[in-house]
Amino acid sequence: MSAVTIDSFGGGAELRSGKMTPAMQGGIALAAFVVGLGINALLGGMGPVKTLIGTAVAFPILTYAVARQVEGRRLATDRLATTLAWMAFGLVMLPLVSLVWTVVTDGAARMDATFFTETMQGVVSEGGGIRHALTGTLIVTGIAAAFSIPFGLFTAIYLVEYADGKGFSRWITMLVDVMTGIPSIVAGLFAYGLFVALDAPGHRSGLAAGVALTVLMTPVVVRSSEEMLRLVQDELREAAYALGVPKWKTIVKVVLPTAIGGILTGATLAIARVIGETAPLLVTAGTIKTLNANPIEGRMETLPIYSYYSYKTPTIPPELSYERMWASALVLMIVVAVLFSLARVLAAVLKPKGLR
Amino acid sequence: MTSVQAEPAVSAASATSSFEIEQVSKKGDRIFGGISFGAGVLILVTLAAVATFLVTEAAPAFTNTAEDGESLFSYTVPLVFGTIWAAGLALLLAGPLAVAVALYLSHYAPKRIAGALGYFVDLLAAVPSVVYGVWGIFVLAPLVGNNLYPWLEENLGFLPFFEGPALRSGRTIMTAAVVLAVMILPIITAISREVFLQTPRLHEEASLALGATRWEMIKQAVLPYGRSGVISGAMLGLGRALGETMAVAMILSPASVINANLISSQNPATIAANIALKFPESSGLEVNRLVATGLVLFAITFGVNYIARWIAGRGFSGAAG
Repeated sequence: MSAVTIDSFGGGAELRSGKMTPAMQGGIALAAFVVGLGINALLGGMGPVKTLIGTAVAFPILTYAVARQVEGRRLATDRLATTLAWMAFGLVMLPLVSLVWTVVTDGAARMDATFFTETMQGVVSEGGGIRHALTGTLIVTGIAAAFSIPFGLFTAIYLVEYADGKGFSRWITMLVDVMTGIPSIVAGLFAYGLFVALDAPGHRSGLAAGVALTVLMTPVVVRSSEEMLRLVQDELREAAYALGVPKWKTIVKVVLPTAIGGILTGATLAIARVIGETAPLLVTAGTIKTLNANPIEGRMETLPIYSYYSYKTPTIPPELSYERMWASALVLMIVVAVLFSLARVLAAVLKPKGLR
Repeated sequence: MTSVQAEPAVSAASATSSFEIEQVSKKGDRIFGGISFGAGVLILVTLAAVATFLVTEAAPAFTNTAEDGESLFSYTVPLVFGTIWAAGLALLLAGPLAVAVALYLSHYAPKRIAGALGYFVDLLAAVPSVVYGVWGIFVLAPLVGNNLYPWLEENLGFLPFFEGPALRSGRTIMTAAVVLAVMILPIITAISREVFLQTPRLHEEASLALGATRWEMIKQAVLPYGRSGVISGAMLGLGRALGETMAVAMILSPASVINANLISSQNPATIAANIALKFPESSGLEVNRLVATGLVLFAITFGVNYIARWIAGRGFSGAAG
């Protein structure tokens, strides 16, 4: 829509002054590349990187200079802004694409069956797998989800359906904000402190890790659920009240089913966010090479920690350990991507017909 | 006929049952409302517990001197510097780029691919930090350590930031800041894009109708409207960078220094990274000292988040005027 408007404006400008043609833009790109080669030669390097940087610097400057001559100042500025926006996007995509690419290609080396069926017990160089880490991640994240989803949902119900927006409820809203800002390592230290008080110094367990993640996950669930509950129109609630349905039944039978898509989407995204947390697990669950499925007792390995220690304390030769590190990072990224896509699907499938 | 006959029967039935429902519902409402209220109270209790246990665990460090004889203050100050230094650099690198990318996604990208790209950016915001960490060590650090840093030392060495000697492994605070920037970029972009898309259509069209170019329209309508949203997004990104642990812990080989040199081997650690590096091997008073620094970190991020909320709370007043 806006593009059309701008094009027609450009057409109007053509009457007064010239307009850059695709051929001219191609010429500018070529000239910029030549400048890039020149800069590369000047700096005495043969690197394609220097040529690329030189070209990237020269292109917007040349574009502006030519457009200024042909089209005038205002359109030249507009063209410069457009060029820079595209270039900023390209620049940002470089590290992000490099990240995804490296993890996928380097991680693919160990995508074999043993990687998923073995632990690190007795592994000195070859083989080894993530079975214990995968189990631990599922248990720890499961504990966090089991605590924080009901906890967060009921808090949201309180804030939306029962609170009056004054006094105590405003305090709760503010405290949820504070909770959102807790750094993950601090949440880990809290869980450690709590379990030290319950058990003994040096405590490590999956449950402690679950509690740490609960602290991180709950405010996210509260926020997203609250938003979704507020989207439910008051007409639906009033219709239920008018039929004599009690308030709690209205919430359970009318409000929650209407908002369930958004609530589940929010919960899934919250899980995706905490499943890759490393720092709080480092101080609560610790690391271990063997399978431990008991969350109450003893250290428990998790995927991010597995990745970290494959780098930190590699087996010999380190290359094999680094292979495991990339592979576990890839598994983690796939898990996050799957959860993300699941959230999208849930949002689309469960979207109530009444809402947009 | 039938309806007339049925009517009193229905109302009679509903009258009796409504009496019952009232009894039941009062009980049900009390229970359900009680649970909801309890969840709200539990938030309060949780935060109180976080504060209590952090303070309890940190307390011995305030009253005792550590075995290495270093006071808590002189131990914490370089860490606080490192934390703010690295996060500030990351924000400096990521902020302008994130706003440009958000503008690109909201106003420049072809509509058909903008949605998919936005989804990609959102997904990247959820990539675990340990993954960014390994990428930083194995891809970014060797790249900049072998190419960029020697060049910076040679050509910009007169600035205190690039004094060198350049660390060839690239594991410096600069690399850590770049990785932090890559991490917080999707967060700031996502929030900024959201507010840019909310710019009232009429503001944009009014500007265009007066003959503004697309860039002039963005300057007149989009940026003023989105300003507070962008600032609070940047603050949230800063908060994330301040609390980020693993990426920094993996990349840096830290020393306890206050140092503006970005590319040398003498790098200040950050609070979070220091905890992650030392905690697994610590016991006794050392643990208390680490928890105490964690408390300081909490205070810093709390302050940043508070400012972010305050700015966001002022709403889009910049646009309304």
